[in-house]
Amino acid sequence: MEMLFATAIGALTFTGVYLMLRLRSFPMILGLTFLSYAVNLFLFAAGRLTPDAAPIVGTTDAPADPLPQALVLTAIVISFGMTAVIVMMSLGARLEGGDDRVDGQDAP
Amino acid sequence: MTGDWIIAPILLPATLAGLALLLARTRPALARVLSLAGTTALLALALWALTTTTAPLAYRLGDWPAPFGIVLVLDRLSALMLTLTAALALPVLIHAIANGRDRQGAHFHALWLFQLMGLNGAFLTADAFNLFVFFEILLIASYGLMTHGGGAQRLRAGIAYIAVNLVGSTLFLFALATVYSVMGTLNLADLAVKMADLPEGDRALMRLAAVLLLLVFAIKGALVPLHIWLPGTYAQAPAVVAALFAVMTKVGAYAAIRFGTLVFPPDLPATGTILSDLLLPAALLTLAAGAFGALAARSLPQAASFAAIVSMGTAFTAIAGFTPQGLAAALYYIAHSTFAGALLFLISDLAATRPAGSRLPGALAALFLTAAIATVGLPPLSGFLGKLFVLQATAPQAALIWPALLGASFLMLLGLSRLGSDLFWKPQGPPAAPLTAAEVAAPLTLIAALVALTVFAGPAHDHMARIAADLSDPAPYIAANALEGTP
Repeated sequence: MEMLFATAIGALTFTGVYLMLRLRSFPMILGLTFLSYAVNLFLFAAGRLTPDAAPIVGTTDAPADPLPQALVLTAIVISFGMTAVIVMMSLGARLEGGDDRVDGQDAP
Repeated sequence: MTGDWIIAPILLPATLAGLALLLARTRPALARVLSLAGTTALLALALWALTTTTAPLAYRLGDWPAPFGIVLVLDRLSALMLTLTAALALPVLIHAIANGRDRQGAHFHALWLFQLMGLNGAFLTADAFNLFVFFEILLIASYGLMTHGGGAQRLRAGIAYIAVNLVGSTLFLFALATVYSVMGTLNLADLAVKMADLPEGDRALMRLAAVLLLLVFAIKGALVPLHIWLPGTYAQAPAVVAALFAVMTKVGAYAAIRFGTLVFPPDLPATGTILSDLLLPAALLTLAAGAFGALAARSLPQAASFAAIVSMGTAFTAIAGFTPQGLAAALYYIAHSTFAGALLFLISDLAATRPAGSRLPGALAALFLTAAIATVGLPPLSGFLGKLFVLQATAPQAALIWPALLGASFLMLLGLSRLGSDLFWKPQGPPAAPLTAAEVAAPLTLIAALVALTVFAGPAHDHMARIAADLSDPAPYIAANALEGTP
């Protein structure tokens, strides 16, 4: 399971970084979203991968660590909000500026 | 002694921001009053904290004991940063209100107060994940402020700014997850205690986390090569907002100081001098990049942005060694450069409201001259003393650091002189409107702050030295957290 988890995080990060380096705002935002998925999984794994264990003391012999789950929730909410902000900004820039390049150059 | 009022610098702007949000459409004048009253109250609170704080004070959120709950800790460094924030925010806010800059879009005051809340929270928190949350609060408010007033160019610069900071936030989370997976805690004091006896096998991971954290703070503090977002953002942002952002880059410096003295001090076997080794070359390159940028700048906002980069380079050069002398010098220079950087942006705001090609009033030229003297670091203003303290503190490595610091100052002198003569001597058009009292009030207040820093340089530097001494002995800070499970 660790192998699968690590590979998934790696693949998401790779996709995110690649898309983020694109010139147009839509792929860039997708890339940022992929990166935030990767980091959310990574945060989750920081509390160790414990199958079949609720984060409540007394329900199982070895309960899962609840703190990373709380951290992930916070991180999800924040990255969700931030994505909404950058989508709105990009739409505004697209409508006002006439194109959606992110490097400040005009389209050829 | 506990201090329940420690949370006031966060709660007060949060509450007022909510009210300002409700009132913005129907009662804009009341929103102005709220924002002004809130910022004034924050300055009063911060000054009280600055003068009364001796030993670190803690406030437990929800009364959960550390390290399980989040703790806010007010020490001398936090009090200084709170004071700097409020002392900068008040004159800039007065400038924005007196000249109607807050009316160029809705919700300026709500965003302004949320920005102050984020800044104050970042300076007070003693928990690494809470620091991340406050970073996000101050960033999301800054996104709104940066694009205040709109415009295609500004929105486009805004996207680049947001994208860079989202990457920074992601890196921050990667770093925090790494720290938590190794240490099992995110409370700064608890980390400091546990770092001392970190098993050999975990050290590589913590070194990785330390470097990731440094990268995050370097993005905030505009260190080369992560400074690229700053010139575009600051030059495109409304000038009053850019003036407030003068304290935003200092958040990066503050966080680097906090982590570099408390969690990863240079004498720690696990991480050693890894932060210093990376910071010093980056800081020197920052000086060069900022100085050449200032030389090449064609407009005042651009030059002011590159001046901000040079000031961060100077501050990080002094911070890099994490020695008490270096930190004291860096803090004095940070106080100075916050006011001087904001002053340049306010002057660019006044110049921008007059038609291009018109002859600008002599009073504005005098203001610019004063701001340039302060920024470059010529006598008699505090920039000179600040640079002198930094030079003194870096004397052991003079051969490497002094040429960079002095060369950067010289290039800035050239750049600002040329820009000033272009701006004030070249135009042959009709004379522009003279400065009004509302326009000069805030710049003069900032100049007064610089003069005060110069006249009271002795006491001010003594106070910075006390802060630096506190930082080199983290025991009282750790004790204030009253960690469960440690005697």
